[in-house]
Order: sequence, then structure tokens, then C-alpha cells
Amino acid sequence: MEDPSSANPLGEPADESGLSRRKFLVLGTATAAAVASSFAARRLPAETPVAPLAAPTTETPWMAKLSLRVNGATHALELDTRTTLLDALREHLRLTGSKKGCDHGQCGACTVMVNGERINSCLTLALMHQGDEITTIEGLGTPQKMHPMQAAFVKCDGFQCGYCTPGQICSAVATLREIKAGIPSHVTEDLSAPAKLTTLELRERMSGNICRCGAYSNIVEAITEAAGAKDQA
Amino acid sequence: MKPFTYERAKSPAEAAAAATRQPTAKFIAGGTNLLDLMKLQIETPTHLIDVNGLGFDKIETTPEGGLRIGALVRNTALAADARVRRDYAVLTRAIVAGASGQLRNKATTAGNLLQRTRCPYFYDTAQPCNKRQPGSGCGAIGGYSRQLAVIGVSDACIATYPGDMAVAMRVLDATVETVKADGTKRSIPIADFHRLPGTTPHVETVLAPGELITAVVLPKPLGGKHYYRKVRDRASYAFALVSVAAVIQPDGTGHVAVGGIAHKPWRVEAAEKELPKGAKAVAAKLLAGAKPTEDNAFKLKLVERTLGAVLAAAKKA
Amino acid sequence: MKFDVPATTNPIDQLKVVGKSPDRIDGKLKTTGTAPYAYERHDVAPNQAYGYLLGSAIAKGTVTRIDVDKAKAAPGVVTIVSTLDVPKLPLGMRNIAQLFGGAEVMHYHQAIALVVAETFEQARSAASLIRVEYSRAPGKFDLAAEAPSAPLTGPAAPGGGDASRINRVGDFDGAFAAAAVKLDAQYTTPDQSHMMMEPHASIAAWEGDKLTVWTSNQMINWAKQDLAKTLGLPPENVRIISPYIGGGFGGKLFLRADVVAAALGAKAAKRPVKVALPRPMIPNNTTHRPATIQRIRIGADADGRITAIAHESTSGNLPQGRPETAPSQTKLLYAGANRLTALRLAVLDLPEGNAMRAPGEAPGLMALEIAMDEMAEKLGLDPIEFRVRNDTQVDPEKPERPFSQRQLIECLRQGAERFGWSQRNPKPAQTRDGDWLVGIGVAAGFRNNVLMKSAARVRLGKDGGVTVETDMTDIGTGSYTIIAQTAAEVMGVPLEKVTVSLGDSSFPTSSGSGGQWGANNSTAGVYAACMKLREMIAQKLGLDPANLEFADGAVRAGERRVSLAEAAGEAGLSAEDGIEYGELGKKYQQSTFAGHFVEVAVHSFTGETRIRRMLAVCAAGRILNPKTARSQVIGAMTMGAGAALTEELAVDKRQGFFVNHDLAGYEVPVHADIPHQEVIFLDEADPISSPMKAKGVGELGICGVGAAIANAIHHATGVRVRDYPITVDKVLNGLPELV
Ligand SMILES: Cc1cc2nc3c(=O)[nH]c(=O)nc-3n(C[C@H](O)[C@H](O)[C@H](O)COP(=O)(O)OP(=O)(O)OC[C@H]3O[C@@H](n4cnc5c(N)ncnc54)[C@H](O)[C@@H]3O)c2cc1C
Ligand code: SF4
Ligand code: FES
Ligand code: FES
Repeated sequence: MEDPSSANPLGEPADESGLSRRKFLVLGTATAAAVASSFAARRLPAETPVAPLAAPTTETPWMAKLSLRVNGATHALELDTRTTLLDALREHLRLTGSKKGCDHGQCGACTVMVNGERINSCLTLALMHQGDEITTIEGLGTPQKMHPMQAAFVKCDGFQCGYCTPGQICSAVATLREIKAGIPSHVTEDLSAPAKLTTLELRERMSGNICRCGAYSNIVEAITEAAGAKDQA
Repeated sequence: MKPFTYERAKSPAEAAAAATRQPTAKFIAGGTNLLDLMKLQIETPTHLIDVNGLGFDKIETTPEGGLRIGALVRNTALAADARVRRDYAVLTRAIVAGASGQLRNKATTAGNLLQRTRCPYFYDTAQPCNKRQPGSGCGAIGGYSRQLAVIGVSDACIATYPGDMAVAMRVLDATVETVKADGTKRSIPIADFHRLPGTTPHVETVLAPGELITAVVLPKPLGGKHYYRKVRDRASYAFALVSVAAVIQPDGTGHVAVGGIAHKPWRVEAAEKELPKGAKAVAAKLLAGAKPTEDNAFKLKLVERTLGAVLAAAKKA
Repeated sequence: MKFDVPATTNPIDQLKVVGKSPDRIDGKLKTTGTAPYAYERHDVAPNQAYGYLLGSAIAKGTVTRIDVDKAKAAPGVVTIVSTLDVPKLPLGMRNIAQLFGGAEVMHYHQAIALVVAETFEQARSAASLIRVEYSRAPGKFDLAAEAPSAPLTGPAAPGGGDASRINRVGDFDGAFAAAAVKLDAQYTTPDQSHMMMEPHASIAAWEGDKLTVWTSNQMINWAKQDLAKTLGLPPENVRIISPYIGGGFGGKLFLRADVVAAALGAKAAKRPVKVALPRPMIPNNTTHRPATIQRIRIGADADGRITAIAHESTSGNLPQGRPETAPSQTKLLYAGANRLTALRLAVLDLPEGNAMRAPGEAPGLMALEIAMDEMAEKLGLDPIEFRVRNDTQVDPEKPERPFSQRQLIECLRQGAERFGWSQRNPKPAQTRDGDWLVGIGVAAGFRNNVLMKSAARVRLGKDGGVTVETDMTDIGTGSYTIIAQTAAEVMGVPLEKVTVSLGDSSFPTSSGSGGQWGANNSTAGVYAACMKLREMIAQKLGLDPANLEFADGAVRAGERRVSLAEAAGEAGLSAEDGIEYGELGKKYQQSTFAGHFVEVAVHSFTGETRIRRMLAVCAAGRILNPKTARSQVIGAMTMGAGAALTEELAVDKRQGFFVNHDLAGYEVPVHADIPHQEVIFLDEADPISSPMKAKGVGELGICGVGAAIANAIHHATGVRVRDYPITVDKVLNGLPELV
């Protein structure tokens, strides 16, 4: 096995290094930071094999230093490896516009755009998004300067309690792009033709965003309005 | 979720080797199934090997005239690929019938094949489940089993494989390409890839520990009309009660596989011989030996009628 | 302000702002992610720790041991509060199930421990290290099995014995036996979950023995009183703050475990603690709409006039729980001299059953309005005509009580016209569109208007701006906006000049949000406070309050015009008042009405149902803001579609819990399920209800729509399903044979 203290920043520090996991725990933050920064020093941390964990059930969190680009700004963070992108945004960057409705990919409230594509931020790890361009509802617009999709939601009353709304709006913006890019959906009849912007298509494509208040009918109107397109259905 | 260390694998062999060295390691691709299960501690890896950097994100034409789909190709990209839409429409149809736009943007070919059951007892760690905790019993048998399997079940487990994409791959006779830690590669016919639960429902595929999926290969196009008909309780963003993937030739022959009814995509070649005779004849052979529960017996009829819908559409087309 | 005589002309009738459809005043915040919900208050109570709840793994019994040693030793763990550390806490006035404390387990996923840690990840992980030992007790979980022996419930007549709990008018049995045409059918509705998008969440912070909670709650004052009672605090030491609520639907009417656990955790941790219920814990930890088994009997003469009508319902609940009052609308909706309603309540050891959007009417109409459709069919009458023939303008149980307003027939007629009802082939299963069988259905909607007192404080600032403060909540209903419209109307200022602050127990007590009572009552309370403020202004300026005109940011008396800014002066003016109701609610029956129209297509092979069109025509008094009111109605129609087609908490009758306890297993409608929805409001103003002349509308939309869908499915296929939800398996057997 290679010298683990240098080669294995995120794996278990080997016993020979004198930094057992137990001690790591006892030493606390200073060591955690040291370990984490050595991780941060490596873009691809595990170029060399990782040693088996000595005590796989121990609760000691592993910290990772990372930087996230959110809404055009770069943020340096030191996070428990377990932190989801959603929790990094909400709890660490305090960008609470992205909502947690289920934490299991079942509602869409956490929808954000990563490199322009919508994803559920609750089902991805923050540390898997270094170098990505993340856009949240806060990055689309502000109360003073709203994105046309946000304005259309207000105009068409495409929300009620507002909790699913940031996810709906991010999803809607990305949906229009997906249609433009010709990505087919479950209701696309002709797979050889470009996808159309119809209410049927919008409804299917927006189905990963649940609105329990039931604003669906208005949301589709808002998206249609923002798309500046007439229904072709 | 238990603490874990994390690495980005740089080569397939390295990834496989890392996984073998650490029995409690897991690959992570899109993460949409793994993280879901880790939050509930149904999966408790102590090390994650991120395979996203391995470059398996391409769809290439094979010398045989088929397609090699990289293990990391996202569901969205696969469904949208012009070749797939043209020659393997059943695959596009199956993928876009699954999950949501957001999930499909993350979900990968390999991850989708390996997604675990949605049995609600498997998901509730306070309940017994032989798949989650071998030997603990099966909560679903005698419990609420409406979504669960009607065929190929065992006394230990009646869960289904819940995915859509694999059902289409089954109809297309895809093969799964892998690499093991020692560098050996193999091609596994999709028919053999998923296992029936038997007495070891926790062993869901024939993959060896640490074995990495690198690609899924489709043989040359079958031609014919392609259908993926998914029946679910709501119109979208729901798992199948029953789904039928079919490729039907102008002469009425073809291939059919069914999802939502077994621990693997369900295809019976002998049943396909009955295609010209109609849905009832096919379903009778396809479902021979079915052992439904009271909750899910309706799936037998639903399979028959969904097949009927597909065959009627094929006839019209 | 006491409201005990019908309203006459008042400032609201100007309808310069009220009755219009401005955008929601909180819209910019909600659409930009800047409206703060409970769990997100990083701006308050510094040094918050994360709490994670552990739920019971058994449905009934006792916790015999909780071993927290391992969890306590886990990194980052600040403290752990287990249910065995806390004595059984007094129940809030409105709680049935124990929220926290003591060894007894009353239902699955009852909160039994809270881990408080530095991070969410640490708290969640440590929670799994807690080892719990239970002693299981046998429980009752199967409503159908308990129903035959379920006792009657409700008030008994003095000396009348148990049978007197059956509510009778005339001689039902005789009339039913003699009726020319009869229906006797059983209907069932399942347990349902609110599944509001924002999980129950709270941040609790102590300052000495004073507790502040940022939470998500529909009824601020109830939460305050019940939290104080539960924790043994004087109410004045408890402050509840809940300005934005990510949906409630009745699920956030009451104090829940997140609040209590956060408070106990914060006490133990000696720092603020925040707790959200994990989604998979919500259906079993909180309340749900209880399942019902309903029997409806209707007898009519050959002309289709109802002579006898009976509606009985059985539901289950924990001991001390209440029944789901499914027959309630049947007391009022249709005429008929001989009537019977009854409720039976079984004891079940499932989680607590309680209010969910339109408790009573929602499941009740799902049954009654199928029964009406079935009767019409038996009579060979058009279902609308059958309803028209049995309209009543008075309370059929107490004919001396008229309805304050009742335009049900008009709703049905206008809806029929708009929907193209006259094109309907009375014979079912006649219309095809390719592989789809197409049908349309109708149902009446009905929900009572509830009067609750409600107070507010209104301040006039030196800039002429008006600020309203009330502990009213906006759960998506549009309270912010309609309250601003009310204040703008009465004070004669533009909407932009009004600031509305809600959801804080330091504000005057309002009606809160529930039972579709929020809009009418809370705005009436604001109206009262504004009228008082007008009086104060008049007094200050020495003007006769009777002859004042408030308009354009000024008050005018004859030639004299004083701007409100000037009237306010440097110190500003502040008035507090509320609305209180007299006997009008007793003298008149106040209800809201709707005609629901639905077109469905049912796949002739697979039995999948797709809703193609939905229309609701509503008569609900004055509509304060047609835009937000319409949203309320379409939202409720959507929830009704879920109830009709997909929603069911599946009960494991051995283990006693709801099995499909997350948002993947419990299927609420998604975008693809819901077509464009149309809503028409009849032009009404009901002077009996309040000075606003408005009534509730937030629940009317769910009332009846499920049956309209069921009736449309019947019309499309000829298959009559009486057990909700109407999933493919229930229609499959009645579809055309495969060839
Ligand atoms: C609410 C919800 C609804 C859904 N609905 C549907 C649906 O209707 N139909 C459907 O088909 N699916 C559905 N899904 C499932 C979804 O498609 C899967 O979660 C997804 O496809 C998994 O892909 P992934 O790349 O994210 O996998 P991951 O979560 O990254 O991995 C899944 C598993 O595969 C392993 N793995 C990943 N890559 C490799 C590799 N290269 N070699 C070996 N092992 C590997 C991982 O270790 C893990 O065990 C749904 C999911 C959710 C959350
Ligand atoms: S059916 Fe299988 S997955 Fe479900 S509880 Fe039984 S063993 Fe577990
Ligand atoms: S919070 Fe991510 S999908 Fe619900
Ligand atoms: S606005 Fe409340 S859930 Fe969509």
C-alpha cells in the first residue's frame, strides 16, 4: 500500500501515520481541516487506491473542502461529505429559495439548474458539483428584477402557498430549453419530429414538480405566457 | 446516512479495484437511487467511488451495426439520441415514461439498470425485509402488495424490479458489458442480468462485488413498430403497475417484455410465438405459473389488456 | 364590532379594490424564493442546532427501554431527548394522540426521541444509533372488521338511549319502504394524507422561561394555547410566528410533534433547535382524513321527488377521537320529509384521524353525489333535473331556517350550459374517441360557511401608509392580498400603501385558516378595525364620522380634505377591533354551493382514466379577489381529482400503519393529471354573512368534484365504482372484452 498520509486524503488515514480515525475524532476540527484541505488541494482526490476502512461503522464525519459556483458567485465551503447540494444551498449558503419537500426525489421542490439542466438537488452530493454552474431561483431574478418566468407566475397566479414555486419556476425555465433542444417526452407523438411547445407537453414535462395546492392549470398558463407562445395542441 | 469517504475514479480498472478492496464501497453515478437509499440507511456504504469521470458518456455505433451505450450516458441523452429514436424507439419511449425530467437528467444507464425495488416494506427500515436484511422475513407477503410481483416470486420476496428502461432493453436483447477488479471483461445478456429473488432476494443481479458496468450494447436494429405502454395510477411520475415493451413486425411476429410484474423484466420467448394469435394467447403463456396476491391479481388481466392495446395499435399502424 | 343584523351598504360595497383581481402582494417574494418559511429562518435565533426525530416502530404498546448511549457519543451530538426522559405531557385542547413524552405508544411513527446535533447530517445519522425496545400491545387496524360493532356517536336525546343518537326527521323507515324508486348502496372512501409540500417544521428558542417558535401553522392562537398547555407554560410566555406556510389543508391546524420536540430539544440543548418532520414520517406521525364506510338510502316517488333519505357513516379513530362527519351535507342539501343521518365510530389504533380540507363534506359528497347519480339513472331522469326537483330553500330539518342565499340550481344550470350538457347521451358507454371511452359527469358541491370571531390592529403611519397586523395566516389562500384589499378599500388608499403582517401571536387573534372560514372572517375583522380607525381619524379631526369619505389617500368632509398622512400626524394612529357574530348564523343557514362538471376519457383496454375538462360554477357570496379565489377552487378541484383517482393511504392491518408513507407511494395528482380548469363565480353578495358579504370558497372546490369524476367514469364506461380511489383494477372488469 502506498503512503496513505499523502495519497489518501479522504480515505482512512492509516494506522502507521499515527492518525487513527479515533484520534481524528479526538483531535477535532484542526485535524479535520488539515485532512480536508489536503483533499481540496487535489482536484481528483483519489488518484491512488484507498485503504480499507478500519472501523466502517464509526460516525466520524468526513469533511471535504470544495467550491461551488452558484448564481455566478464562487463559494468556498467545508462540508461533511454527506451534504446534499440542497442542504449546501439551504443550510450553508443560506440560499433558502430552493425548497425541501421530501428529500427523496419525489416532489421537485428542490429543483435547481446545473449547467442549464434541471435536477433534484436533494439527490445529489454537493461535492459532486465542483466546477458546475448552479442556478437557483435566487439566480433567476429578484423581487426588484424578476425573470420573465417569475413575472408570469405572479401574473397568472401560478402558485398558492409558494412552497413548490421556486422548483416549478426553475423546472419551467429548463423545460422550455429542453423543448427547444428537441428532447422528446412521454407525450411526444412523433419521435422523428422536433418536440412541440403544447400544453400537453408542458404538463407531462412539468410532472416532476408536485404542487399540492393544485396550481397546475395556472402554472401551465404562466409557462405558456412566458414562452410567448400560443398553444399548438 | 453514514459517513463516507469519496473518490473520483480515473479509470474503470481503478474504480473496480477500489470497490473490491473495500467491500463497503459503492459506485455512485447519478446518485438518484443510491442517495435516496443512503438517507434511509438502506444502503450504508462507507466509501463512494464517483464513476462520473470515466468517460462512459458516449453512444457509439458498433461494427455489428448496433449501439454501444456508455454506462454513464444520462437517461435524457439516451432518449434524445437520434439513432435511438429512429432505430430503437421502444427504448426512448421506455425512458421517457420513467421518473421525471429532473431525475432523467441525472439518471445513468448503469444506475437505472441497478435501481432497487420500490417495495414499501423494503423502504421502511422498521419493517422486516429479506432483501434489506436477509433472514428478517418479508413484510410484504400478507401485507400490502398491490404494486408487487405476480410471477417469479418466492417465499422470501415478492418485490419487482421497478424500472422501465431495462424492459425495453430486454426486448431488444441488449448485453451489459462490465469490467471486474482484475481487469477481466464480460458481456452479460440482459436476460441473465437480473435474478429472481429465490432464497437470496438481496442478490439482485449477477454482478460480482466491485464489478463495474461500462456499457450496454444493443444489437443491430430489429425494425418493426416499437411500443412502450406503461400503465400507472397517475398520468406521470409514477412507477408502473404494468408496462409492455414490444417490437412488432409487419407480419405480426415480434418481441414482447413486461415490466412491473417480476423481479426482472419479464419475457418468455415461447409466448412471443403466440403473437399472431393475439393478446390472450400471449398472456396465457407469458403468465403461466403466476402466483399473485389478492392485492395484485388484477395485474394478470392488466397485462393481457395492455398487450391487447399494443397489438391493436400495431394492427392499425 | 358586533355583527348581528344583516349588512347594509358599507365602504366595502364601493368595490374599488375589493372584488378586483390584483396580483398577490406576496407574489414577488414567493416566486423569487425570498419568502421565508419556518425551517429557513437563519435570520432569527442565532446558533441553531439541528433536531432529527425518531418515530416509533410499533403501532401500539409501550417503549420499555431507549438506549441513547451510542447516539450521544456520536460526533456533533449536542443532546438527546427521549420520550422516556419526559413525563407524559398534557394534551393540547385539540390533540388526541400524544405528541411526545411518556412510554405509551398510540400509533406508528409517534415521535419517541429527538437527536440534537451540530449538523443535519450528524443528527440524522445519530438517530439511527438509538436502540429502542418495545412491548407490543395488540391493536385494531381494520375499519371494515370493526365497523359492524362500531357504536353510534353524537349527542343522545335525554333518556333516549343509544338509538337516539340517530338523527331522524319524520319517518324514514316507513317512507323508504313505501317509495316507488329506491337506492340502498354502500360507498367507501380511504384514509387520505394532506401531503402539503412544506413538511411540518419549527425552530424553537428559549429566553429564560419564554419560548418563541417559528413554525408552520394555520391557527396561531390554537398553537399558542396548546403549546402552553402541553409544556405547562403561561400562554403569555409563548410566542408563535408563522408568516409563510407551505400548505396545510387541515394538517397544520393543530400543534404537532415538531413544535413540542423543538421546544424540548432547545431547552435541553440550551440553544435554539430546528426540527422538520422527514417526509416518510409525516403520514403516520401526523393526522390524516379517516376512511369511511357509508350507506346511503334514497327513496323517491315516480316523479323523482325524494321522500326518504338516509346517510350513515362509519369511521375509526383513536380513543377520544372524533368521527369523520360524512353525512353532514345530507342534512341540508336536498329536500325530503323523512330523513335519517347517523355516525358510528370504531376505535382504531391507527394514527390520529382529523380534519383535512372539507372534513365531512369532502368524503360525504363523494358518496352522496354518486348516489344521486344512481337515483337519477333509476328514475330515468337527467341528473341535473333530479337535483333541481329536490332543491330546498330552507333547512330541511328545520324548515323555519331559510338559507341566507342558495343558488345551487343556478350553478347547475349555468354549468350545464357552459359545459354542453345538453349534448350528453343519457345512456352510458356510448361515446368513443379512438381507444378511449368518453363520458361527462356532474355533482353538486356544498360546504357550510363558518363564522368565527376575528380581530386585527390597523395603524396609520405618518406617511399615510396603512399597516394591518393580525395573527391570521396565509396558507396559500391569498390572505395577505385580500386583507390588503380590504384595508385599502375602507381606508381609501391604493393597495401599495397597505402593509400586511400576519402569523404572529403578538398580533390580535384572528379566525385563523381552516374550514374555508379564513377569508370572510379575517377580512371582516380587518374591516372592523379599519372602521374604528376611521372613527379615530374623524374624532381627531373633529369631523362627523357619518359624513366622511375616505378616498385617494385622504379623508373628505364636504369641502374639507385632509390627507391621511396629515391626519396620522407624527405619532400615527392605531386602532384595534374585531368582528363578533350574533344570532344570524342560527337564524339562517349559511352555505356555499357549486356545480361540478367533469369530462373523462377511460382507456377501453387498460382502464386508465384521464380527466379532459373540469368546470366548477360556484355561488359563495362576494368574491373578494376572483384571481386568488379561483386558485383556491382549482386547487381544491385538483385535490378532489386525487381523491377520486389515486389517493389512498394503504393500511397494513397486521402492523397497523400506513404503508405508502411517502410522496412516491402516496400518489397525489401531478401536472399531467390535470387539464385546464374553468371556474365561474355567480355574482353574489350575502349580507347575512358579514360586512364583507363574502363566504368561504377554499373548500367548496373539493366538495363534490370526486363524485363528478366517478359519475363521468360511469357515463364513459357503464362501470359504477363505489369504492374510492377509482383505480384501473376497479374498472377493468367492466370494460369491453378483448377480441
Ligand atoms: C421519485 C422517483 C421516481 C422514479 N420513477 C421511475 C420510473 O418511473 N421508472 C424508472 O425506471 N425509474 C424511476 N426512478 C428511478 C431512477 O430512474 C433511478 O433512480 C435512476 O435511474 C438511477 O440511476 P443513477 O445513475 O442515479 O444511479 P445511482 O443512484 O448512482 O446508482 C444506483 C446503483 O447503481 C450502482 N451503479 C451506478 N453506476 C454503476 C456502474 N457503472 N457499474 C456498477 N454499478 C453502478 C450504484 O452503486 C448504485 O447501487 C425513479 C426515481 C425516483 C426517485
Ligand atoms: S417483497 Fe422483497 S423487498 Fe418487499 S419486504 Fe418482502 S423481501 Fe423485502
Ligand atoms: S425535495 Fe428534492 S424532490 Fe422533493
Ligand atoms: S403552491 Fe403550494 S404546493 Fe404549489
